[in-house]
Amino acid sequence: MNRRSASRLFAALALAAPIAFGALPAAAQSTLTNVSYDPTRELYKDFNALFVKHWKAETGEDIKIQVSHGGSGKQARSVIDGLNADVVTLALASDIDAIAKATNKLPADWQKRLPNNSSPYTSTIVFLVRKGNPKGIKDWGDLVKPGVEVITPNPKTSGGARWNYLAAWAYGLKQNGDDPEKAKAFVAELFKHVPVLDSGARGSTTTFAQRGLGDVLLAWENEAYLSFAEFGDDKFEIVFPSVSILAEPPVAIVDANVEKNGTRKAAEAYLNLLYSPEGQSLAAKHFYRPVKPETVSNKADVERFQKLDLVTIDDTFGGWAKAQKEHFGDGGVFDEIFKPK
Amino acid sequence: MSRTTFRTPSALPGFGLTFGFTWLWLTLIILLPLGGVILWAGSLGLERLAQIASDPRTLSALRVSFGLSLLAAVLNAVFGLILAWILTRYDFPGRRLVDAAVDLPFALPTAVAGIALAAIYAPNGWIGQWLPFKVAYTPLGIFVALVFIGLPFVVRTLQPVLTDLDRELEEASATLGADRPVTLLRVVLPTLFPALLTGFALAFARAVGEYGSVIFIAGNVPYVSEIAPLIIIMKLEEFDYGAATAVATIMLLISFALLLLINLLEAWTRRRLGHVR
Repeated sequence: MNRRSASRLFAALALAAPIAFGALPAAAQSTLTNVSYDPTRELYKDFNALFVKHWKAETGEDIKIQVSHGGSGKQARSVIDGLNADVVTLALASDIDAIAKATNKLPADWQKRLPNNSSPYTSTIVFLVRKGNPKGIKDWGDLVKPGVEVITPNPKTSGGARWNYLAAWAYGLKQNGDDPEKAKAFVAELFKHVPVLDSGARGSTTTFAQRGLGDVLLAWENEAYLSFAEFGDDKFEIVFPSVSILAEPPVAIVDANVEKNGTRKAAEAYLNLLYSPEGQSLAAKHFYRPVKPETVSNKADVERFQKLDLVTIDDTFGGWAKAQKEHFGDGGVFDEIFKPK
Repeated sequence: MSRTTFRTPSALPGFGLTFGFTWLWLTLIILLPLGGVILWAGSLGLERLAQIASDPRTLSALRVSFGLSLLAAVLNAVFGLILAWILTRYDFPGRRLVDAAVDLPFALPTAVAGIALAAIYAPNGWIGQWLPFKVAYTPLGIFVALVFIGLPFVVRTLQPVLTDLDRELEEASATLGADRPVTLLRVVLPTLFPALLTGFALAFARAVGEYGSVIFIAGNVPYVSEIAPLIIIMKLEEFDYGAATAVATIMLLISFALLLLINLLEAWTRRRLGHVR
């Protein structure tokens, strides 16, 4: 390469660099970025269309919604590392806590800002078994019977799996007069029946549904119903255990980002719409339990949810901050139950 | 290696420029990120580092990762050599197709490879259902994935050397009375050995860091089929960047030591086998 072509190459590089590094001019149309977790893909696809229409009617402005999906913890890390999220809609409060703690981009008491612990919809953990329930699985106790294999993702890498683990723990407590040692023994026994610990909830669903592994899949209720739509309802059945946990996937505005982007109004409207009758109806349609079921337009969507004995993370585990550290932190209970004796 | 120093530059012009460019590039692309990892890990303090390094679960994951990667690289070295030999020495219908297929593990997104392998080797998969033992979701599954992704490294390093290999050497060997095994063992293989080692090292290094394809077929059961990169992901998932970089640094040190060893071995064989340096 001679000197001239070399200098031309450098000029080209110098021109290309700012584009590659994202110094694009701001888009004329305003954009709202929602950083969400995996199983909300279908819900937010519908909800975003609803919001765009709603916002146009309200303000006359066009708005574009960008949603990114992925494991809840990974998504939280992206926001910590600088992903410009206007709102976060994640699987568990501790992931948003982590954003608040690491970046101060939203206040520590963010969860008090919206009704119902900032969770516009909830879910719970149920069992998905093979059609006809060949192993006769009725409740948590049946999962530790000899020969039963349980599929659940790894609580260390999957937010959803932490709800699974805590639901099992709640059963262990209830069955043993609130003795934490016995609850731990139950959960430890349960994880001995787990042949594969996938890194995320969708991975576990694949392992169970497509690879044919295991007799029961611990799944979010909405994922269990979704798998019917995906794989046909002649293959699986849902079993509702005697006790489960109220899973509250929370939503929050990332204050520092909306200030910078000038999107506070839109972000607020976006989250509030989740609590509106239309938003609640969409949540119910996508198998999330709406927090205001009475406002849902299609009553059949609500009636299919069974009444269950649900414990909450705050009452039984003293909140996410405590549960996270005690059970899933480095050297926590989950690490302990896998230690070879 | 030429004995170029700053005082007696090569006859070729532009040494200063290329030297500076090499270091700039190396620093930007490799040394800075790695330095960041090591710095971050170093900020933890020795006590915490020792604690992380001696955690039995981390140790078990390191054993799984490095042990299986070595085994996979050995297998790849053997079969990669045979494959490279066939591809360069014989002409057969479909040779170009096979040749192109060797590159697929390079090109395929690793997650796709992992899912495909898991589907095939799962207890209800095409191959898995005929096997009396489990492959997917056991350490054997990890091994299969590592063999898959490592193969092109060996084949592609050996091919050019095999093509350049002087046929006359083999003919001379035969004329001097050596039979075929002797020619192969004493003439062909020694010439190939340094390249084979390089291919082995590349396949090994790739396997150690592999995450995407392994994670879908591994089973990820602690102390059994958990790989070291997964431990790093877990630490990240706990927002414990320090511990994650610490495990990364440990992997880096072990890899560096092993690769250095392989490089020294390669240099030694080159010298011993009379290559012109």
